[in-house]
Amino acid sequence: MESWRPRSEKWLLLAPALLILSAITLWPLAQTLWLSFTDAEITAVKQPIHWIGFDNYVYALTDPDFQDALSRTLYFTIVSVGLETVIGVAVALLLNLEFKGRTFARMLIVLPWALPNIVNAMMWRLIYHPEYGALNALLVQTGILSDYRSWLGEPGLALHMVIFADVWKNFPLIAFVALAALQTIPRELFEAARVEGAGAWHQFKAIVLSAIIGPVLVIVILRTVEAFRVFDIIYVMTRGGPADSTKTASFFVYQEYFSYLRAGSGASYAAIVAAISAVLIAIYLGAVRRQAKAAA
Amino acid sequence: MHRPLHQTCLIYLAVAVLAFVTLAPIAWLFIMSIANPTDLVTVPLRWIPAHPDFSRYGKLLGLTGDITENPFLNGLKNSLIAAVGATLVAIVVSTLAAFGFARRNAPQALLFLMLATFMMPPITYVLPLYSVFSDLRLLNTPFTLVVVYCSMLIPFAAWLLKSNFDAFPAEIEQAAMIEGAGTLRILREVVLPIARPAVVAAAMLSFLVAWDEFFYALLFTSDLRGKTLPVAIADFAAGRVTDYGVIAAVGILATIPPTAIALLFQRHLISGLSAGGVKG
Repeated sequence: MESWRPRSEKWLLLAPALLILSAITLWPLAQTLWLSFTDAEITAVKQPIHWIGFDNYVYALTDPDFQDALSRTLYFTIVSVGLETVIGVAVALLLNLEFKGRTFARMLIVLPWALPNIVNAMMWRLIYHPEYGALNALLVQTGILSDYRSWLGEPGLALHMVIFADVWKNFPLIAFVALAALQTIPRELFEAARVEGAGAWHQFKAIVLSAIIGPVLVIVILRTVEAFRVFDIIYVMTRGGPADSTKTASFFVYQEYFSYLRAGSGASYAAIVAAISAVLIAIYLGAVRRQAKAAA
Repeated sequence: MHRPLHQTCLIYLAVAVLAFVTLAPIAWLFIMSIANPTDLVTVPLRWIPAHPDFSRYGKLLGLTGDITENPFLNGLKNSLIAAVGATLVAIVVSTLAAFGFARRNAPQALLFLMLATFMMPPITYVLPLYSVFSDLRLLNTPFTLVVVYCSMLIPFAAWLLKSNFDAFPAEIEQAAMIEGAGTLRILREVVLPIARPAVVAAAMLSFLVAWDEFFYALLFTSDLRGKTLPVAIADFAAGRVTDYGVIAAVGILATIPPTAIALLFQRHLISGLSAGGVKG
């Protein structure tokens, strides 16, 4: 009894977690893959399903609308996460300085982070309102803009306004992590660097960047994976419009399933999104592993 | 530390900009929630309402008017069931798993597999899940969301807890083991008392994630019996309500629980986030 217990025990400890995850994610993911090779449709009455090989994939990969949705998602991800990183790190550097009211300023940036995603989307939708929105009122009353604009109504503009709302909500996460890393830098390090005659930029590069780059990189890649699946904010702010200009990959698949009721072809789009995500996730987990080794 | 005057000015200018950018949108949301509908639609816009009106909050909270058809209170109830239920189940399950990973030599590859499932976009596996729940007639209840949210929270909480368990000295456990205590007893009586701050942080972060969830709730629920607060808010914003103040008031109310948690546990949450992100 003593000899088998420790070995099987780890499986008993893991069993509930693995069971739930297999049932709710792994198994349906496998089902999606299977569906992607069929002509299944979403109907009230069960229809016979036929295996049609790679037809869905051939169609999906040559669909210009889907290609647009993918590149739009990529654009959203890169610009959003890029701005969040730059602003987040800059805010962390600012809040790491000593000034009166620092604790209060640190509490302020908790607010956007704590605001539920849907509330954030809804709030910005109201602020961007073409007639009654506060943004138009503010810009016109201060004389920056001469006329009201339809912020979410112009195809070239809408995606950028959504990106702004996303950056506003998510820069604090990167700021928190960068700030936590900054606080581990001993003050003496700067003194030593100054004594050795290192310039400001050199000090920054050698001490500050090297201290925060690991943790910040991990959170940045995590945000990248998250931004790539963006859905909530699109659903509430624009529903993919105007003229599909904010239709991202997740929203594209959502419509294929729940508006056009095409299960098989939707599943092939979903499988392509899953494949791209898998690459991003692998990069993330690799970075976490490296970081863990560096920290140990 | 002494700083030249122009630097000090620059710092305070930057802080003022930061404060304005973070506070102004939320302040405006609050002002909308207490403004008269006519104040909000006048051009030029009236920034400070002449007669603040808190009646929308009273109506939403069911203090006045009809309570039975109140989408806000129903959404609040469903959100609480889904978020609290999922957090409780996920914390128990992920504490066991985290202990297995940290102390009982469970394969780390599985931990990374769990994290990978957490990050996979839900759109890639939601359709088969939808048909199963539909066949079992389990759609439109907050209890189904508890199960689904669990799958989302378990990898996340297990990851945070594992990195915390790793940092504990193993000697105390070994002493208990020599005295003949089983694993569950060691967990309950030795590990959990030391790990309490970590467990609380993991629970709070899990609650925040579940409270925020929208995608599953949108697909798996269809009316007052199941819709959570985020779905109710999306409905409000979709235009069935023409009084923007009501939408704003719902947003403010939905923000209070997560903000309270974030402010109360700020230090724990941030160290939890950093630990989870950094340690393997």
